[in-house]
Amino acid sequence: MSGQLAIPTKERLRFGHAPKPLSCGFNLTVGGGSVFPELNFTLPAMDLDESTWEGVLDQYREIGEMIVGASQRLKLPGLMIEFELLPPMTEKPQWGAEITSILLESLKEAHDKHGLPCALRVTPTDIRDFVRPPLLRTGPELEMLLESFDQCAKAGGHILSIESVGGKEVHDEALLYGDVAGIIFALGILAPRDMEFLWNHIVRIARANNAIPGGDSACGFANTAMQLTSQGMLPEVLAAMIRAASSVRSLVAFECGAVGPSKDCAYEGPILKAITGYPISMEGKSASCAHFSPIGNIAAAACDLWSNESVQNLRLLSGSAPEAYLELLAYDCRLFNRSLEKGNDRELQALLVESDAHLSPQALVLTPEATVRIANTIVAQKSKYHQTLAAAREAVAYMKAASEQKFIDLSSQELKWLGKLESALNELPDNETNLLTTMVDTYGHLFSPKSYGLS
Amino acid sequence: MNDEFREVKELLRLGDNQKLAHLTKQLLDSRVPAQRILSEGLIPGMGIIGELMKNGEMYLPDVLQSAGAMKSALAILNPLLQQQGIESSGKIVLGTVKGDMHDIGKNLVGIMLQGAGMEVIDLGVNVPPEKYLEAIQTHKPHVVGLSALLTTTMMTMKKTIEVISNAGARDQVKIIVGGAPVNDRFAAEIGADAYARDAASAVGKVKELITNNA
Repeated sequence: MSGQLAIPTKERLRFGHAPKPLSCGFNLTVGGGSVFPELNFTLPAMDLDESTWEGVLDQYREIGEMIVGASQRLKLPGLMIEFELLPPMTEKPQWGAEITSILLESLKEAHDKHGLPCALRVTPTDIRDFVRPPLLRTGPELEMLLESFDQCAKAGGHILSIESVGGKEVHDEALLYGDVAGIIFALGILAPRDMEFLWNHIVRIARANNAIPGGDSACGFANTAMQLTSQGMLPEVLAAMIRAASSVRSLVAFECGAVGPSKDCAYEGPILKAITGYPISMEGKSASCAHFSPIGNIAAAACDLWSNESVQNLRLLSGSAPEAYLELLAYDCRLFNRSLEKGNDRELQALLVESDAHLSPQALVLTPEATVRIANTIVAQKSKYHQTLAAAREAVAYMKAASEQKFIDLSSQELKWLGKLESALNELPDNETNLLTTMVDTYGHLFSPKSYGLS
Repeated sequence: MNDEFREVKELLRLGDNQKLAHLTKQLLDSRVPAQRILSEGLIPGMGIIGELMKNGEMYLPDVLQSAGAMKSALAILNPLLQQQGIESSGKIVLGTVKGDMHDIGKNLVGIMLQGAGMEVIDLGVNVPPEKYLEAIQTHKPHVVGLSALLTTTMMTMKKTIEVISNAGARDQVKIIVGGAPVNDRFAAEIGADAYARDAASAVGKVKELITNNA
């Protein structure tokens, strides 16, 4: 990364436009002036094993057929679909490849018969943490994971993505205890090391198979924090700080050669887009089938793909749940695209931002202004540790200023925690080796140093 | 009303390990029975903390700090309680079922149950049905907790209960299930005894299962 932002001002951070748009799949261009739906789906409650495998395939065939019909009915200008592999499909790479082929066939039909620009994103599960402490750089889980990428790419998957979990084993524990040092250690020292290791492999596999290395997500870190705040367990200011700080580890995918779009659940996407210029997928209110959030509108502010995260293939009154959510996404995208055509997309963006920003610290740190400020502090630093620390500090400073200016009304508990975060961040050492030494004492039982290339 | 254990409850609320451990020793030296310190001081103290969290006056990290202080006090009391033949308030085996590696919810339940004075045996993630059965036979818990976060792994909960039943061990334990795709209707369908929608409610449900089964 050059130290400069690809999108240096908040005014230039727009939905539908990325400085480096991506052409992919069957004539789909992401970030080239339009927003497209990204549909994601999963199985209903059912056994997933050899005996039910044909039934599983039938589910995906059904979804594929729906996509061909619904994309025409909805007059979609373009479509990304995401196939998120379940753990058994990653453990048996040929299973993931079979489903990839089924969905690809449907997209090809939709493209060839009806002219639909479309592409398929494939996301294997990071199964490396099935063992504890996770073995990230060696072992059968890593081999199955890489084989899964390879076979899905060979089966024609256009974009390769993952929600990787390196560092999560420490982050989860630190998160529960509100331990800022542990959180920054996980995000700034451990996670980036694993990202570099894993993404060098993913980029290699993608290039060998004419696929595109898309991007990752800090879902296992920042979205876990967000869900715990929704249960009243954690303060929102902590989750907001983590959102900003976690963008640094996700950035590593791009530094290794990923070109977007980053994953839908990567709410840190706008920061990544501002730094790299690559397009992003986002989800918000449209993902309420999968989880609730306080950032339902603002999440769309800089999106190039608009996603529903995941929905089970169930029958609703109208039709299948995937079709129902495809319709929701389609209408949202019509609104985005019409505003782009008419030149008043910035007004729509402003409404999306303003409707959420003053109601939640997690929304506040996703405003275009906060995004560019956080991105700037990241690129001003050299090491991942210092970048993570800078992003966290900037998020806290931004929230503090917004509270003092009465833009956002934080409860006394949230304010108390904001003060705690500020103090804790100020106490962190400038030298990451000093933090590493302390953290090994506290969290050494949870992670394997070899998994991170640490002696 | 003069609460003899007011200071115990306050130190618990503050999460002060050292001072609480010191006070616990002082109380024992003053011949206050270990059982009273536990049942009239520590457990009601954690109950107050649970209410504070429910009311949004305390967040989880502070609650866990209190649970840590509770653990320090229990480390002093437990040997005495065991000598007197007084068991922990319950024993539970927890695990995320086979095929699933999500565990933060389960871990949280475990920490909170320990904070409530229970003994927790955590089997980890990706736990096959046979391992739960083995744990029942080895540890003789009051409750077994099954966690799953995927629509495909929630069916493994049913298989796990079947394995336990087929081995003749079903009557020996109460089973509670939890996780995002699960609900109480599903719990009833698969023959579980209870369902908890989150970690906070899991503690209450587990206590209920143990009390009702006593």
